[in-house]
Amino acid sequence: MSIEVRIPTILRPYTKDQKTVEAEGATLSAVISNLDSQYAGIGERLLEDGALRRFINVYINDEDVRFLGSLEAQVKDGDSITILPAVAGG
Amino acid sequence: MVLEISRAFADAMLEQSRAEYPDECCGVFLGPIGSGKPVRHKPMVNAAHSPTFYEFDPKDLLALYREADDNDEEIVVIYHSHTETDAYPSRTDIAYAGEPGAHYVLVSTRKEIAPTTELRSYRIIDGEVTEEPVIILD
Repeated sequence: MSIEVRIPTILRPYTKDQKTVEAEGATLSAVISNLDSQYAGIGERLLEDGALRRFINVYINDEDVRFLGSLEAQVKDGDSITILPAVAGG
Repeated sequence: MVLEISRAFADAMLEQSRAEYPDECCGVFLGPIGSGKPVRHKPMVNAAHSPTFYEFDPKDLLALYREADDNDEEIVVIYHSHTETDAYPSRTDIAYAGEPGAHYVLVSTRKEIAPTTELRSYRIIDGEVTEEPVIILD
């Protein structure tokens, strides 16, 4: 199982400036745990109280994971995950 | 840091902010990676359709980053309008600022200052706001 994960600029300090990293897991939740085990601290930037943070967008291939079951979204070998901080404010 | 932006681009932001009033408007300027220059304007839809909040639609956001990648561009400026308050980042602007390399531009359409409109630029990094000079190029 190998999933490509695209990391936004703001989280690259966790990935030694790598734009793209590899992770494993059958669900988004598992992929995030796997990412956090490789790049300590990144999980906390994505999750809050066990759910995806409201202003972090995650896509599997081209689909927003909120339409795929959020953390329970299924991920398969060869999928590409993109993480993007929301562009939002008041 | 200084933001240098053309008169036409500055005017375009101000026009959009008036056109979309009373909602906040938003958008970006893209430029070649590493150039720091705003060369392509992309107005965005405020998916929140609100006078007090703005948010790019998540689908538009992904399309924007894909397009930038394909064109070897980066987001140089992220702008939005404040409809009744100063052109200064709000608490939520600071909390959600996720592009440490971008100039965050705020324009204000508050009535006391109409028809002139404020346009100011900031860096927002780790909750720290630093205002920077704006040079409008004629």
